[in-house]
Order: sequence, then C-alpha cells, then structure tokens
Amino acid sequence: MAYFGLSEISRGSIAVWRRNMDAFMKTYQVNFIPPFVEPVLYLLALGYGVGALIQEVDGISYPVFIAPALVSISVMYSSFFECTYSSYVRMYYQKTFDAMIATPLSIEDVITGEILWGATRSTIYATLMIPVLFLFGVIDMPTSLLLIPFAIPAGLLFAAIGICFTAITPGIDALNYPAFLFITPMFLFSGTFFPISILPQTLQYFAFGFLPLANVVSVNRAITFGEFSPLILYNILWVIGVGALFFLIALKLMKRRLTV
Amino acid sequence: MDVISATALRKRFGNLVAVDGINFSVYEGEIFGFLGPNGAGKTTVMKMVHCVSRRTSGDLFVFGMDAESHPREIKQRLGVVPQENNHDPDFSAFMNLTVYARYFGIQKRLAEERADELLDFMQLSEKRDVPVETLSGGMKRRLIIARALMNNPELLILDEPTIGLDPQARHLIWEKLRHLRSTGCTLVMTTHYLDEAARLCDRLVIMDQGKILVEGSPKELVREHAGTDIVEANATPDVIACLETAGVVFETFGDIIQVQTGTPQKIVSALMESCRLENVTVRRATLEDVFLKLTGRTLRE
Repeated sequence: MAYFGLSEISRGSIAVWRRNMDAFMKTYQVNFIPPFVEPVLYLLALGYGVGALIQEVDGISYPVFIAPALVSISVMYSSFFECTYSSYVRMYYQKTFDAMIATPLSIEDVITGEILWGATRSTIYATLMIPVLFLFGVIDMPTSLLLIPFAIPAGLLFAAIGICFTAITPGIDALNYPAFLFITPMFLFSGTFFPISILPQTLQYFAFGFLPLANVVSVNRAITFGEFSPLILYNILWVIGVGALFFLIALKLMKRRLTV
Repeated sequence: MDVISATALRKRFGNLVAVDGINFSVYEGEIFGFLGPNGAGKTTVMKMVHCVSRRTSGDLFVFGMDAESHPREIKQRLGVVPQENNHDPDFSAFMNLTVYARYFGIQKRLAEERADELLDFMQLSEKRDVPVETLSGGMKRRLIIARALMNNPELLILDEPTIGLDPQARHLIWEKLRHLRSTGCTLVMTTHYLDEAARLCDRLVIMDQGKILVEGSPKELVREHAGTDIVEANATPDVIACLETAGVVFETFGDIIQVQTGTPQKIVSALMESCRLENVTVRRATLEDVFLKLTGRTLRE
C-alpha cells in the first residue's frame, strides 16, 4: 500500500490508454456523432424553444447562458459512462483486464489507463463541441478555447468517480443507480439550465460543496463569459482536489475487486 | 536452475483451501502437466505462477525470483493462455497481437513483424485482418496461443489449451506445443484430456482437493499404478461368481469389471475356459486408469 498504490503505476498505463483510443478510433464515425448532434438539439429545444419564453438570465440571452453547461454535461456523460458501463464490459464480459494483468501491467496501470482514457474522451467531446457552439454564435473566441484544457481535470474527476462505482457494483444493471440517482439530478440542478443563485442559500453551499458538475459548470461559464471571480479559483481547486481523491479511492477499490 | 519451484505452496479463499501445501519443480525445456478433477486447484496454481493470484503461504519462485515481490519481471518473461479465451473483440486478429505487444513495451515495428510470424506459425495468416468474433473456436484458441508468444516467452503457461476443440485443431496445437519445446521453451499446462497429457507431458502431477497425489512421467505412473494391461468384461453375476472362484483380483465399475494384469493372455484364456465369458476386451492400461483409480469415480461439480 506504499504511496496509496501510486508506486505501482508505470508507463504501461499509456498502453492501456492506447488500447481504448484505438478501439474508439475504429468506430470514430459513430463516436463523433454525439458532440456534433447533442449541442444542436439542446440549443434548438432548450436554448431557442424554452429560451423564447425566458428572454434573458442575468442580462444574458438564454442560449448563451446554457452553452457552457452543455459542454460541462458532455464532459460528465462521456467520461462517467465510459468508466462505468464500458469499463465494466471490458472488465467483466470481455475479460480485457484479466488479459492485461497477465502481462507486465499492474492492476494500477490498467485503472490509471482507463481513467486517463475517460478524461481523454471528455476532452475530445469538449473540443468537437466548440466549433458547433461558435457557429451558433453562443460562445466567444478565442477565450472559449480554455474549455478544452479544463475538460482534462473535469474528465478525470468524473472518470475516477465512475471507476469507483464500477469497482463496487455487483452487476452491470446496478450501475443504473448512480446513473439515475447521481448523474441525472446533477444534470438538472447544477446551475445548468437555471442559475444556482436562485436556489436557497444552503442548497447553493451544498451544490458547490458536494456536486462535481456544479463546480465544473461554474468554471466553464466563467470561461465562456470571460468573467472570473474568487469563486472560480475555489471551483478549479475543488475539481482537481476531489478528482485526485477519487483517483486514489478508485485504485484502492479496484485493487480490492481484482486481487484474487 | 528450476524454472518454477514451489515449496509448501498454499492458497486459501476464505474457508476454502484451494491449494494445500504442494511442492513441485518444473525443469527447463520440459512440458509439465497438472491433472486433476474440477476444483482440484490446478487453475489456482497457474494463477499464482503467473503472479495474478497471491499465495497465502509457502514459497514460489519463478526464474529464481519470488512471485510475490517481482511480478513485473516474471510476467515480462512468460506467456499465458488462460482457460477462457479473452481476446479483444474490438480488434482484428493482427491488432489483437500488436495491441497486446504494447503491454510488454515491445516496439511497434518489431511487434508487427512478430505478429505476422506468429499468425503464420499458428496458421492464421488468412484471418489476419478479420474481426476476431468471426473466427471459429479452434482459430480463437490458436490466436490466444499466438498472443501468448508475442514476447518470446521462456515459459508458457497453458490452462486447458485444447478445451472444446475438434481433433484436427487439437492435433495442430499439440504439434505446435512440441515444436515450442524443441526450441527450448518450458511449458506448463493443465488439462482434463488424459490422452493429451500422455502424449505431451514429460512429467506431470495428479492433483485432488488441493494436494498432489502423484508425480512422474506418464509411463512411470501407468506402470506403477495401473499395471500394463486391463482385461474388461460385462459385470454379470455369473462372471463375478466365476472370477471369485478363480481367485482373480478384480474391480467393478458400474456394469463392467476390470482386471489389472501384466499377463493378459493368461487371464483371458482362463476366463474363457472356465467361465465361458463373452465380450472380453484386453487393452493397454492408460493414464485414465491411473487418474480414476487415484481420484475416484464420483462426479465433481
């Protein structure tokens, strides 16, 4: 347990990451649909449909208000689902992890590679959404390019949380619990489609204290609006710190699950 | 130096003792077999040797290194064919090999050369670029063996290498495994097919309930535990009565009786004359006779 398992991580984790990247690129046509189609659908239905009734939020047009949230949601979904359902399939059904740990790779290498890949997928999706949102005129350039580097720690956070659930789930169906009881409520209540500031004070504290997506949306909105405050520094530190914590927990839980 | 040496090796899962203090050594360049009924602990031993399962107690050295403290170094030098095929369904046969090579840190160019060589060796070149899921059972198994050879292992561990394959595929795999031995590779395998063990293994152990019952070459074991020949006849009351009067030692298994003997002609003619037996067969004793004698005939689940 030296250094929480960190000493067992080697360059081999990159080979695990490459395996997932290769599998992703084999079917890239399908994989590239969500980042192009999702923002269009959300913007049309919510931004311009619902937005027609709303006019402005804090002096900002509704499509512009939700644009950074759409990127945040995509970052959350892509890494969380990659590191839950997809990782579980690789671990349990395909026995890919078993094949890997029969080579010089350690369990920690495999899990690190999985989490790095989850974050990469988030970053790819955030990157692909930017031109779409720019064409709709709802984000500004070039400041909005900062959404890309921030997708990395945000993606790592959701990937690590996903692996923790994968490590403790009794079966693939039970992954629906975190998906519906944790991810879906966050999708709706993290300052995504209405500002957190209209919530009661205590709920605001709760959101920034415990909801990963609330912190990610806050940072991304600051990026696209070009308005930074001390709260943003707190949000960034929260995402990195909690991400690191869940990374260590993920290593430990997976080590326990996979050691025989 | 022994490629593998185990002393008082033990593995416990909760209350279940899967491997109960076994000792064995595997020498360089031999094919060493582990036989035993389901649940005997064979697969657990394999997993401890290739460092994915940790021993509960005892000593286990592979290439002279402790399996507990040097897993990466050991795994770098061995190849593993697991009981259950775990090829990567997302990739072609060729990519299965090259992606696997990356886990060993093998350079891309070298990996690609080696992958083509091995596809050729395992007679899979025609299937190089097809998705793995379209391969037949025998082809998948050969691909897994090819994959295990990507790092040029000094030791190859095979857990039931020919399980569920047709005779053609089994013979091809046997030929390849013997070829590997001739190149100096050490092979350790488990199997349920006793003919396979008799053909391939230089030495083997028979395990049951976590313990090693016997160790030796297939021939030695047969000679020691089953004699040279077996006379079989239907187990009718007449036959049994007759054998008892003649004072011949025999065993009854369901509807047949067996006599272990070194002089089958004598027994047969005696039986034919005095008991007017029909359906008498004489055959060479096999490893299967040893196996059933030592581990019993009760079903294992």
